[in-house]
Amino acid sequence: MTNAELSISDSVDGSLVLDLSGDWLLGEDLPSPEPVLHRLSTTPKPKLVRFNAQDLGEWDTGLVKPLIAIARSAQESDIEIDDSSMPAGAKRLVALAFAVPEREGARRTFRKKGFLELLGEQVLSGLEGGRKLLTFTGELVLSIGRFFRGKATFQRSDVTQYIQEAGAEAFPIVSLICFLIGMIFAFVGVMQLEMFGAGIYTANLVAIAMVREMSAIMTAIIMAGRTGASYAAQIGTMKVNEEVDALTTLGMNPIDFLVTPRVFALIIMMPLLTMYASLMGIIGGMMVGVTILDVSLTQYVAQTLESVHLNSLFGGLFKSIVYGTLVALAGCQQGMACGNSALAVGQCTTRAVVMGIVLIVVSASILTVIYINLGI
Amino acid sequence: MENMQPHIVGQDLTMAYGDFLIQKDLNFTVNRGDVFIVMGGSGCGKSTLLKIMIGLKSPATGDVFYDREPFWASGDTERELTKRKFGTLFQSGALWSSMTLAENIGLALQQYTDLGEAEIREVAAYKLMLVGLAGFEDYYPNEISGGMKKRAGLARAMALDPEILFFDEPSAGLDPISAKLLDDLILELRESLGTTVVIVTHELASIFAIGNNSVFLDPVTKTQLATGNPNDLRDNHPNFEVRNFLQRGEAA
Repeated sequence: MTNAELSISDSVDGSLVLDLSGDWLLGEDLPSPEPVLHRLSTTPKPKLVRFNAQDLGEWDTGLVKPLIAIARSAQESDIEIDDSSMPAGAKRLVALAFAVPEREGARRTFRKKGFLELLGEQVLSGLEGGRKLLTFTGELVLSIGRFFRGKATFQRSDVTQYIQEAGAEAFPIVSLICFLIGMIFAFVGVMQLEMFGAGIYTANLVAIAMVREMSAIMTAIIMAGRTGASYAAQIGTMKVNEEVDALTTLGMNPIDFLVTPRVFALIIMMPLLTMYASLMGIIGGMMVGVTILDVSLTQYVAQTLESVHLNSLFGGLFKSIVYGTLVALAGCQQGMACGNSALAVGQCTTRAVVMGIVLIVVSASILTVIYINLGI
Repeated sequence: MENMQPHIVGQDLTMAYGDFLIQKDLNFTVNRGDVFIVMGGSGCGKSTLLKIMIGLKSPATGDVFYDREPFWASGDTERELTKRKFGTLFQSGALWSSMTLAENIGLALQQYTDLGEAEIREVAAYKLMLVGLAGFEDYYPNEISGGMKKRAGLARAMALDPEILFFDEPSAGLDPISAKLLDDLILELRESLGTTVVIVTHELASIFAIGNNSVFLDPVTKTQLATGNPNDLRDNHPNFEVRNFLQRGEAA
């Protein structure tokens, strides 16, 4: 292994002689072609660049890279090159590199954007996102219309499968989370209400909170992370693989085929899951209440039954339907808007979950205000 | 190049997925600088053989020898080092979609060499020039056409100046002109770099244009029927199946 060396000398006939010696291997300490490039751009320009590569040892990309830089610079200044003593392989590679001229306009230039420009772009893309969501919602409404008129193409077996995935398969996680939420509420309730000697009202607290608000919200958030994300990833991957285009060419509306069945599956399953979640929460609260408080199971159950009214239940179920629709909408919209790379699938899944949760919380606030004003 | 040094040797290779036998008793030698074709009908195990050669799947029995060193019988560390001498072009390019072309090529350089960022970019630009994609450094894979993806994949395969280049169906999905240009490029790179090339393909035009050595896998008998120069095999091989395949089913 000998060190790579490059020496530059002007010969009497006006040509620039470059002596290359040693091993030119990538990753070793290689001389820079900079002095040569500098020489080529200063006047008087040499007529010819002659390489002398008699003592050249091993070589790889480390040699060809500076050669190309020199060749390009010589080309720009109309200086001829004599590379006859170069290894044949290196000559061919240089020729190959210049064989296909750079396509005009292909190269990209980057410039730094100012703060205002970035802000403007963000605002515009935000507006564009909102517009897309509205368009998508409109398409979905039309598609639901076709569904009820029996004009939508979709597979019944798909719907049952989505129902299975969004419903039965979510039981374990919904049970666990809502059971624990019920227990937490009961702990807080027992601690605070015992101070007033009103420990038994823990049953009211848990039951009303679960039935009216919490079970719907918790189930919806679980569904956003579970089902919404899976909708976005499934549809997004189908976009990447051109499966959505394949449906379109067969004359099937991708919204009818992919989106509407999924939205229906979630709308049907959400209220059922929410009722179940309420039950789990109440059982969780009961465990804590009966263990810590001096009340019997019968007392606790009676107190619970007395506190929950049908209005609360229907209020909670209505909310769950709204949340389910929003989660499915966010998941499917992001999936259909997915770009065409593995990265884009990840991004659209993330956005689906974030958007789903934001929509849930915002609509929860609005609904709560409405309920209060209606006195439900 | 003409001194016929064995570079890759397959010895008594048997490939199987679980109990399902794919091919057995494969024996072949690839010399340094060869363009070696792995050919055979669809489903005969060509791609599986490639997977074994590049270290993605272990053989049921037998081994592949690189420069007389066993590949699968050696330890994980040695195998990783051997693998670094390979460059592989996958069927549809398999470019990482979240990276630009320059980053795709630069990843291996970043991991395995001490080059600085600017130098890596220069090397990437040079590799792209070689495959005719000058100026496309900052494009993402989904912004270029299928043929360009293959070329970019080739540039990535060459990032570390590999001793052996593996190609899985390089001309699949390309128009005849692009396929021919890719073949020429492979030949040109072999001539200039002295790289050994292993190609899995069933494109007859490519096989005769660039191959000088080959192995023919048969899905029925589940073993190799022939090995040698494909032009010779077409005209002189005693086995009808081999001649028939190489003559597009028109063998007498």
